[in-house]
Amino acid sequence: MRLRPFVAALFFLAGPAGAAAADLVVSAASSLTDAFQAVGKAYEARHPETRVVLNFAASDVLLRQISSGAPADVFASADQSAMDKAVKAGAIDPATRQDFASNRLVLVVPKDGRVHVTGPAGLEDPKVTRVAYGDPASVPVGRYTKAALERQGLWGVISAKGVLAQNVRQGLDYVARGEVDAGFVFATDAAIMKDRVDVAAVVATPTPITYPIAVVAGSTQAREAARFEAFVQSADGRAILAGFGFRAP
Amino acid sequence: MGAIWIPLALSLKVALWATAINLVLGVAVAFGLSRWRSHARELVDSILTLPLVLPPTVLGYYLLVLLGRRGVFGEWLDRLGIQLVFTWQGAVIASTLVAFPLVQKAARAAFEAVDPQLEDAARVLGLREAAVFFRISLPLAARGITAGALLAFARALGEFGATLMIAGNLPGRTQTLSVAIYAAVQAGDDRSAGIMVAVTSVTCVVALLLAGWLAPAHLRRMRP
Repeated sequence: MRLRPFVAALFFLAGPAGAAAADLVVSAASSLTDAFQAVGKAYEARHPETRVVLNFAASDVLLRQISSGAPADVFASADQSAMDKAVKAGAIDPATRQDFASNRLVLVVPKDGRVHVTGPAGLEDPKVTRVAYGDPASVPVGRYTKAALERQGLWGVISAKGVLAQNVRQGLDYVARGEVDAGFVFATDAAIMKDRVDVAAVVATPTPITYPIAVVAGSTQAREAARFEAFVQSADGRAILAGFGFRAP
Repeated sequence: MGAIWIPLALSLKVALWATAINLVLGVAVAFGLSRWRSHARELVDSILTLPLVLPPTVLGYYLLVLLGRRGVFGEWLDRLGIQLVFTWQGAVIASTLVAFPLVQKAARAAFEAVDPQLEDAARVLGLREAAVFFRISLPLAARGITAGALLAFARALGEFGATLMIAGNLPGRTQTLSVAIYAAVQAGDDRSAGIMVAVTSVTCVVALLLAGWLAPAHLRRMRP
């Protein structure tokens, strides 16, 4: 009799396991957070037998997880570079790779910011001391920022003021809290914090900002994963993405 | 690979500052607690031990809300031209906070182990309270305090969560060794990460060995 609480505890410990059989694990870039939550809900409504488990992080972090054997089924990244690395690492099935959305890079400033900035060139002002963007080594928005500023000859000055975010949403949070004078995020990210940040400028990038999606190599539910990928690109999926400000690729 | 020395030097600087601050603050609080006769004593001790058990993210959040530019104290500091978020001083505050209980606990135990008769003898011989502390209590508790300080140094050197939240990831300015390891792993740079992991591990092992050698058990054996 006295063993009962221990047995109960064991069951409790064993209970909340990871992904179960009918779970489809979707690893998506941080900028897709809100949009893919809505897409996942819509997909579950259509296929009640499947549960969509979402995992958000910077694209390269997701790639690291997948190539280290994380049980993901779908990978959606915020730039081609991360997906190229995934192809090279053999982490995804290249035949399933497709672009499903596009975005724009914007310069954002805190609502009641102390410095008036209207474009990237304004960040050279010595009054601007901190600029947030994703770490170019692992975060797509950082790579787009670096490429755009390099083309304008501003990278040297601005990177000296750089605060490296672990993903695009952390950079957005730094701006919203007023801890930095400005930051580079995607237009769709700026839109979710309209009440706290202002878009100072849309920044042209040397390469267009497109989002590729693919089925993970070795996924145990490749057919289900392909069905999810098709749903994202369907008219319904596109409409949901458009509702969050994403454009067609 | 020379780039590794920059985060290492920064980590050492932050950990040394955190340890130095705790040596003053932790020892003062520990001495106060060891001599304080009150029911509230254990409650205060528990609250001061919180940084040891709270998730670093919780501490980081508290610090951000208190010290951020729009925080409770941060707004006031900002007007004085002092900014702590995204500075190495911010990293020192985070490390000091997480390492504080290690010094405080060790110092309190060391002070409580000091024979009160020795302190009374000093008083009878005409020493003032301050002199009793500096010439009797502190030297007798020194080993325990040093062991605590070494533990605190190792903990401060490895501090990550709260540091990342308050000091951010600014290469060359606030990117400590643990934050640099995190960034390298995320970027898939296993070689740099591996070297930095080895350096951190060796440094911490050395600090722990020293702490173990200075532990109170050793002290007892050495006493005549």
